[in-house]
Amino acid sequence: MPTAIPLHVNGRATRVTVDDPDMPLLYALRDNLGLHGPRFGCGLGQCGSCTVHLDGRPVRSCVTPLSAVGKKKIVTLEGLGTVDKLHPVQKAFIEEQAAQCGYCISGMIMEAAAFLASNKNPSDAQIKQALAHNLCRCGTHLRIVRAVKRAAAGV
Amino acid sequence: MRFTKPSRREFLKGTGILIVSFSLPSLSKTVSASGTPADTGTKTVALDDVDAFLAIDPSGSVTLFSGKVDLGTGIGTALTQIVAEELDVPLSRVHVIEGDTALTPAQGKTWGSLSIQNGGVQIRQAAATARRALLQEAAKRFGVPVEDLIVEQGTMRSRNGGKQITYGELIGGKTFSLKVDKQAPLKDPATYKIVGRPVPRFDIPEKMTGQFTYMQDFKVPDMLHGRVVRPTAIGATLLSVDESSVKDIPGLVKVVRQGNFLGVVAESEWGAIRAAQKLKANWSDWEGLPEQSKLWEHVRATKVNKDDVTSNIGSAEQALEQAAKRLSATYDFAIHTHGSIGPSCAVAEIKDGKLTCWSSSQGTHDLRQQLAAMLSMPDTDVRAIYLEGSGCYGRNGHEDAAADAVLLARAVERPVRVQWMRPDEHGWDPKGPPTLMDLQAGLDANSNVVAWYSQVYVPESATGSVNVKLVAAELAGLPHETGMVPGNVIQNTAIPYTFPNVRTVAHRLAETPLRPSWIRAPGRMQNTFGNESFMDELAAAAGADPLEFRLRYLNDPRGVELLKRLASFAQWQGRKSPKRETGDVATGRGLTYIKYELARTYVGAVADVEVNRKSGEIRVKHFAVVQDCGQIINPDGVKNQVEGNVTQTVSRVLKEEVTFDRSRVTSLNWASYPILTFPEMPEVDIELIDRPTEKPWGVGEPSAAVVPSAISNAVFDAVGVRLRSVPFTPAKVRAAIQSSL
Repeated sequence: MPTAIPLHVNGRATRVTVDDPDMPLLYALRDNLGLHGPRFGCGLGQCGSCTVHLDGRPVRSCVTPLSAVGKKKIVTLEGLGTVDKLHPVQKAFIEEQAAQCGYCISGMIMEAAAFLASNKNPSDAQIKQALAHNLCRCGTHLRIVRAVKRAAAGV
Repeated sequence: MRFTKPSRREFLKGTGILIVSFSLPSLSKTVSASGTPADTGTKTVALDDVDAFLAIDPSGSVTLFSGKVDLGTGIGTALTQIVAEELDVPLSRVHVIEGDTALTPAQGKTWGSLSIQNGGVQIRQAAATARRALLQEAAKRFGVPVEDLIVEQGTMRSRNGGKQITYGELIGGKTFSLKVDKQAPLKDPATYKIVGRPVPRFDIPEKMTGQFTYMQDFKVPDMLHGRVVRPTAIGATLLSVDESSVKDIPGLVKVVRQGNFLGVVAESEWGAIRAAQKLKANWSDWEGLPEQSKLWEHVRATKVNKDDVTSNIGSAEQALEQAAKRLSATYDFAIHTHGSIGPSCAVAEIKDGKLTCWSSSQGTHDLRQQLAAMLSMPDTDVRAIYLEGSGCYGRNGHEDAAADAVLLARAVERPVRVQWMRPDEHGWDPKGPPTLMDLQAGLDANSNVVAWYSQVYVPESATGSVNVKLVAAELAGLPHETGMVPGNVIQNTAIPYTFPNVRTVAHRLAETPLRPSWIRAPGRMQNTFGNESFMDELAAAAGADPLEFRLRYLNDPRGVELLKRLASFAQWQGRKSPKRETGDVATGRGLTYIKYELARTYVGAVADVEVNRKSGEIRVKHFAVVQDCGQIINPDGVKNQVEGNVTQTVSRVLKEEVTFDRSRVTSLNWASYPILTFPEMPEVDIELIDRPTEKPWGVGEPSAAVVPSAISNAVFDAVGVRLRSVPFTPAKVRAAIQSSL
């Protein structure tokens, strides 16, 4: 039976109609709401490319059932900032040219933004630890760490 | 610096709108105003036509049609720089359309580090031809000699002022109707304003804000979602399917079965995923894979179909026999997966007998032929369009996902998007094949190398084919290639050193356990691992400093300069290896060198490692890399590639190995096929040697090839044991240390 589920996404109340309330949040964001930020990478919570914020905390949307979201506020890469009004982490990633294919970067930025919100002056080792469960295959690690440092300096 | 560009989505979804705006009668026939593609072949894609590469609209906007595609390397920006430079137009005025069989020339697959070296050079020559024609036409109109004219920002005028005309005014709305002239003069690199600069990539702001449309994001109207259900064993036969097992899935459209090809199509993506998970299918048993624990015995026992002798100087076998000292070693490199973070994805639509397929294929012109062959339809009824996906590092699953989408779309008569799940990608992408190398060398009484003899065991490559067979075509029993295409894996079996007797042979094997394909720096990475590690063994046997030892046998001035600059850049201190440090954690440095394919890009690297003797763990702390790729188009883009090559290959060397049982791949996700994480990443410092007046050579692969041997040599320096088997797992390190005691 199709069920309407209310969600709060990127500052707006919305609802999605789904057949299965246990569908992972990722598919609601991508398919029902047409967002591109959260990306499908593994569906297993292993790679981090689907990371979004729930009430400011980074979660893996590919293993988060819609039914578990409740009234929590969801923020995706799109909600963090736009090309015209960049979040400091997005700005730093652009300035450091911290992408190759960029597929994992949405998750990197979401993870880093949540991390920097509570760690204003992290060491390199802390940054690497914060991103330890986000995978990048192109090998953009050096630039990503530089971008997070730059963002920390600017936040 | 930031400059705006119409998004790729605008270009690709709305090709019609863009093309029609050129007001070119011939082009407007190619696509309808709604953007619905139909390949009528009316826009030239011939490699010798300027119009195949370039179009200029009345406003002066330049469209570059590139057969080479951006796989996440930034090549789109670099090619834009080349065009903007050669035409003297602002960067912001150049737009790129990539990899569309109806619109872009067949410049060959985006592989082999050739996008700039071949693709960019072709594009540059087309732009130079166009520039000369535009100047000649303007000179004729003004009644002045062409030498009197200059171009600034796409406007041509006399040096002394006076009349002026823009490219848009002159050519906008018309075709060039010109052949690319190899003699058309190129700009003097000394006058470059755009090429050679670290121009920021135009795709990055959209990628950082979720505005970019990856292949995985692409949708067409009326589109359904498909998933494949692969056999439980690679060669299994589908015995039966219980469709009632998925009858309760809401929105299920169809279970598609054709031979051993099985898939599901549903209205929603989640519906397709659940149906693929729940579908009950009965497969036959199949145990055609070798025991993984006996992989190398299997490789050695595989039938050799032919020998490729890649170099033969003097008489290596005779010189070996007469040598005062002989060394021999066997190196092996495990089966690897590409490991793209986003699994392969494609959309296919069949309308009025014409197929359109959107994918992240490295070679849409080749894919078009493969899809046409699979469906036994003419090439001209197929249009294959590239959309950038998650990075690909060779031939991964993109083409296979495209074929899956085509079969499902044909079965349901609606457009279908196929997204591979993680186990589909890890399990079914074609793999970098297992590589085995036997190396022998001889030294004379004065420790001079007198003989080098290598034998490499690698799969053969089907003659004349550049395409890896499509999984769907094979499973469905439809026409497909039968031979293996592992890439040009015999490259860099021959060596850059001037030994008096050298023989290098590649034994081409009749089969290999898993479907092979080219994986970044195919063969060059594995062969250089063996060669440069063994070279280090010879240096150690000769009691020589590894750098000085290489220089003794190098008579290539660019190579010599590179190594000397590496010595300075890495603060190399000449001494023999190993260091013989005591203590649980030992440090070491290893040096390595490549002239890619013995014909182009030079790379030298020094790795610094820490080895924990007790745990066997290796930490790669730092890489210093010096590279000479000739002319550099975008130095930041080049550095990004070098950093990526080093990091990705450190991952391959320390951690990666595809595992399998007798029936199937068993390393199906990031837990069973782990890759490098942030806490494990090396630091990388890079020095680029720019030679603006030389040819621009490739950079996408060469610096990957030096990484395995640099680490192996550094480990030897640290603890005095040779690691000859990738990956260098802690267990192998402990075993090597144990057996050396």
